[in-house]
Amino acid sequence: MVEVHLWGALRPIVGGAHSVFVDARNIRELFKKLGEDYPSFEPHLKRGVAVSINGKIYRDMWDTELPGDAEIYLLPRIPGG
Amino acid sequence: MPLDTSFVARKFKQIGTRPLRPDGLDKVTGRARYGADYNAPGQLIALVLRSPHPHAKIKKIDTSKAEKLPGVKAIITSADLPDLTNGDRGMRDMLENCMARKKVLYDGHAVAAVAAIDATTARKALKLIKVDYEILPHVTDVDEALKPSAPVIHDDIFTDGVEPKPAKPSNNNKRATFGHGDIEQGFKDADFIVERSFKTEQTHQGYIEPHACVANVNPDGQGELWVCTQGHFVYRNQCAALLGMDISRLRVTASEIGGGFGGKTHIWTEPLALALSRKANKPVKLTMTREDVFRASGPTSSTSIDMKIGAKKDGTITAAHGVLRYHGGAFPATWAEFGAMTAFACYDLKNVRSDSIEVIVNRPKTAAYRAPSAPMAAFAVESAIDELAHKIGMDAVDFRIKNAAKEGTKSSYGPVYGPIGIGATLEAAKNHPHMKAPLGKNQGRGMACGFWFNFGGQTCTDINVTPDGSVTVAVGTIDVGGSRASIGLMAAEELGLPYEQVRVVIADTSSLGHNDMTDGSRGTFSTGMATVAAARNCIKELCKRAAKMWDIPEDAVEWVDGMAKPAGSNAGNFPPLSIKEIAAAAGNTGGPIAGHNELVADGAGVSFATHICDIEVDPETGLSRVKRYTVIQDAGKAIHPTYVEGQYQGGAAQGIGWALNEEYIYGKDGRLQNAGFLDYRIPVCSDLPFIDTMILEIPNPNHPFGVRGVGETSIVPPLAAVANAMSNAAGVRMTHIPMSPPRVLKAIEALKKH
Repeated sequence: MVEVHLWGALRPIVGGAHSVFVDARNIRELFKKLGEDYPSFEPHLKRGVAVSINGKIYRDMWDTELPGDAEIYLLPRIPGG
Repeated sequence: MPLDTSFVARKFKQIGTRPLRPDGLDKVTGRARYGADYNAPGQLIALVLRSPHPHAKIKKIDTSKAEKLPGVKAIITSADLPDLTNGDRGMRDMLENCMARKKVLYDGHAVAAVAAIDATTARKALKLIKVDYEILPHVTDVDEALKPSAPVIHDDIFTDGVEPKPAKPSNNNKRATFGHGDIEQGFKDADFIVERSFKTEQTHQGYIEPHACVANVNPDGQGELWVCTQGHFVYRNQCAALLGMDISRLRVTASEIGGGFGGKTHIWTEPLALALSRKANKPVKLTMTREDVFRASGPTSSTSIDMKIGAKKDGTITAAHGVLRYHGGAFPATWAEFGAMTAFACYDLKNVRSDSIEVIVNRPKTAAYRAPSAPMAAFAVESAIDELAHKIGMDAVDFRIKNAAKEGTKSSYGPVYGPIGIGATLEAAKNHPHMKAPLGKNQGRGMACGFWFNFGGQTCTDINVTPDGSVTVAVGTIDVGGSRASIGLMAAEELGLPYEQVRVVIADTSSLGHNDMTDGSRGTFSTGMATVAAARNCIKELCKRAAKMWDIPEDAVEWVDGMAKPAGSNAGNFPPLSIKEIAAAAGNTGGPIAGHNELVADGAGVSFATHICDIEVDPETGLSRVKRYTVIQDAGKAIHPTYVEGQYQGGAAQGIGWALNEEYIYGKDGRLQNAGFLDYRIPVCSDLPFIDTMILEIPNPNHPFGVRGVGETSIVPPLAAVANAMSNAAGVRMTHIPMSPPRVLKAIEALKKH
């Protein structure tokens, strides 16, 4: 079980909470379970969400592990110029 | 072979040197082929009919007279581009931006396109197309668009990110919040507070090369596109999706690029050229004019920002709050969100909040512009920080050093920082000779900090050893700033070969797997990572072939300084084999020798910079001139320092232009008034001093050579650095960018009256 912090635009989906607990070992499981538990997450996940794990930001790799004590944030996927 | 991407300290032999760029000779002699330099046999010339109205219903388009004009081979409207986007809002908006459907949404929005035997005929045909518009009320200002009285541009946009979801549509497509702590309490704890509102006007990336392409679609469904782009794989995918083609059927070859800076990260006219070619069964060339580029490509947002920052007498910031409104042009976007994420990222703040409000206006679809959204946020934050330092009576650099984020700081956007470089850039600025240089009459000095994320992404590289032992490297990221030289250096370093023995080319989309674009400062970081991995795979193969030549086990060969050498007790005693000797025998040892790698590059690491600016202001006219400018930024490891310096200087130059001159000016009629470089003034060499650079090298732990992206951060601090210098030179706090002479003079005269 990991605690996943949400940026402001995602909080209405979970009733205003700043974080949710999810039973997930990696990013793929995290996205899958968020989509199952909160269907309104789906459009955000489809558009792309980045995952910060202990300050390192991952954009794509599903098999990236989520250590149980890690600090995890969902963040918008940043575009570049 | 998966790559261990961890940084390992080593003594480099070629990294950090400054060889000539491989594309240099062609560029300085005019031989380089840009988008408009491509031609195909029998090609048609395409032109686009654009709306003169900022907001109108398209009641009817009559192309019948134009179709009868001799020499006209195809005309398309939105009817020729059916919506195949299957509910994907982003792709649907892209389609609608390429060609208006039921409504035109901004001055310059495409409504039809013609392909004819020459430009003269195409121009005549455009005049024969009759469009019946029903003009609608429009809004082009970011604040006006949020007022209840504003015309609602899309009736299916309901503000996202708020609960409950609004019942009425509006021009505010999304809200979001970042931050932590208790800002109300933080402001109560403050001894000094600065609270101001800021505006920044819309600017264009100002790339020299207008968008251009040649498209060819055959009746068998196969297509080719030659185009200037920052991401030919992305262009391929987007065009194929909008035209209903299998991606593999469309081959895209990227031209040299005359600048992009974010503006060539998604498609504009390319689907029109492909659709015209498909309809005419001929190759079609479509080149935007400069006016087209201004009116109908993707400039950055104009913004409106409220900023409030409080601090104690000892200089500790107690609270910071920003409300950021950015527009996405005529389509929903999330540019304010990125501004809100970056705004306070330089500082260690106990109580911080940034609120983003996304706005839709009747302007062209906004695109990324170098560290998109960060410069405007930094302008507001760094102006307020500077003013607060003055109020407290602290030196502006010391105030920032006292509050700078560091390893372990909870960032304003959420995560806790690992090792970061803001402190190092500030210390370097404090000790830089620029800071101690004397100032002349009417001159002032300012400084500011900036932050950008950087990222990696999907990348792959092919290395091929040719029969004579020289090496080609095929990459899929467009070279926008010298990356072919950087990649060549990295390949040469890893292979142990001279730089001159390695040639790097940008492969077309049928030759490599998908590569993400050159954006997010990712080119050298990501492709460098894939190239190092490909080189290591290539070395493994070279050792295997040497083992066959010596008839010894593979693990008894090591690669040292570009040679295979026997190693270990089971190796035997052989003289080293050069890559040339191994390549010459390749036909007898297993065929061509290559190394390949594909990866998702993560761990780009965040980036910080500090800039120092001296400016001179003429109090009689408000005209200002930057006299000296210094950029200090962490590169992780500068692979080719000249091109790192070039990125620092280029970003600063663009930022100075944004700060002082550049702005989209719309008339009350909603039409762009200054769609050309005569009236939209970007700085040229004679406007700027030589921009000094200082490269800090704090290795990125997530890259084998320690590389960090360097392309974008340098545009973040200039708006504020120039504004702070202006404040110190003329005594006026400018809150509206650009600080053009009339605005500065008005502020100076207002100051005199008080």
